[in-house]
Amino acid sequence: MNEANISFSSLMIASLLVFVSLLFSYFQKLKLEKEILVSVLRAVVQLIAVGYVLQYIFGLENPLFTTLFVLLMTFNASHNAAKRGKGIRNGLLISFVSIGAGTGATLAVLVASGAIRYVPNQIIPVGGMIISNAMVALGLCYRQITADFQSRRDEIETKLSLGADILPSSIEIIRDSIRTGMVPTIDSAKTLGIVSLPGMMTGLILAGTSPVQAVRYQIMVTFMLLSTTAVSSFLACYLCYRGFFNDRKQLL
Amino acid sequence: MTPQIAFHKVFYRSGEKAILKDLSLEIFPGDYISVVGPSGSGKSTFLKLCCHLISPTEGSILINGADVMKLDPAELRKKIGYCFQTPVLFGRTVEDNLSYPYRIRNRKMDGGRVNKLFSLFQMDPDYLKHEIVNLSGGEKQRIALIRSLLFQPEVLLLDEATSALDPENTLIVERVIRTLNQDGVTVLWITHNPEQSRKYAGRLLAIENGEIKSMEALK
Repeated sequence: MNEANISFSSLMIASLLVFVSLLFSYFQKLKLEKEILVSVLRAVVQLIAVGYVLQYIFGLENPLFTTLFVLLMTFNASHNAAKRGKGIRNGLLISFVSIGAGTGATLAVLVASGAIRYVPNQIIPVGGMIISNAMVALGLCYRQITADFQSRRDEIETKLSLGADILPSSIEIIRDSIRTGMVPTIDSAKTLGIVSLPGMMTGLILAGTSPVQAVRYQIMVTFMLLSTTAVSSFLACYLCYRGFFNDRKQLL
Repeated sequence: MTPQIAFHKVFYRSGEKAILKDLSLEIFPGDYISVVGPSGSGKSTFLKLCCHLISPTEGSILINGADVMKLDPAELRKKIGYCFQTPVLFGRTVEDNLSYPYRIRNRKMDGGRVNKLFSLFQMDPDYLKHEIVNLSGGEKQRIALIRSLLFQPEVLLLDEATSALDPENTLIVERVIRTLNQDGVTVLWITHNPEQSRKYAGRLLAIENGEIKSMEALK
């Protein structure tokens, strides 16, 4: 089987592709040249750095380091998700708990089932995929829930005035927000193989794994992304809705 | 007699702006009070304070002698009917709305009570299955009223409840409210209609610039 092996010189030639986008930007007066260069430089520097860090951690084979690295990724993702939810009280903590629980539950099932082992070169990349997916889902949940608590204020106050507690008066908004967080993952699962060959599968095939074996991994990835977005979106929405009310059950 | 609702030097501020200033008044069981005043004078805020949808920034509100801040807000609101100026119906059908007060009490919808209220408001019981997107403004207002009367409240707060109704339906609503009041329900009704404000009410509360301008006995 031909494994893809990228040499430094082929990477340099591939970097010409950046010029394609630069030329487009220049001739179309998109004024994106600076941003393209900065983003490419950032991507290269960040990836090289993470490559060395991962090589070091993979070499350590230390479960504690692996766990710490996953926690660090969770924290970064939580920080990013919380930024999408301005106006959400304790956004960082809620995001950390939600992403952490979703990731923890999914990784536990994967390890317990023997699909992956608790070693850095398996836990960290798989964890990364899960965490980033949960982060995107939470960002969508937060956007939806804050927008709904603004636009559906009268509806909530009407329900409160009828004597409803805060949960029954916000349950529709909570459900809509969880749905918003989960839909992209469900949609992408629907089109797997038809519209896209996902990154992980492509990577495995390029690295020489047989497509059938790569597909098995991809199926596992699909399951784990679905479960993580479900757990994380559910937890985040149920944890954050209270923040829109005070202790007198009044909408803030 | 202990007032049902008593305001003692109540202020309500939103940010720097004082919306209600130094409100003191007593409302007794069975009162029928019309609340009048120009737009933006603080009438709706006054009703929201009565329903504890907001808390006073300063001063105290007593409900049957108990400090409102010490009562369970959801239980308190179950005893108070509140009709908003713009009625908000939720869900898909009228039934979704009329079953809601039962659902939050973990009870099954009482078809007899629903039908009785439909007939009081001279509406057909078929309305239950109607989709709310197909209702007119007046129909929505009457459904919202029925929704807040399914469990007879001790106090009924109406914020321009007839502004979307034609004269015929306005009369129907006025009669229902008067009957409820005769049964002992306390009524606080914000209205811009001078004739309506004096028709059935026992007292007329005028609010201007967030302050009580006058409280006039009508009967």
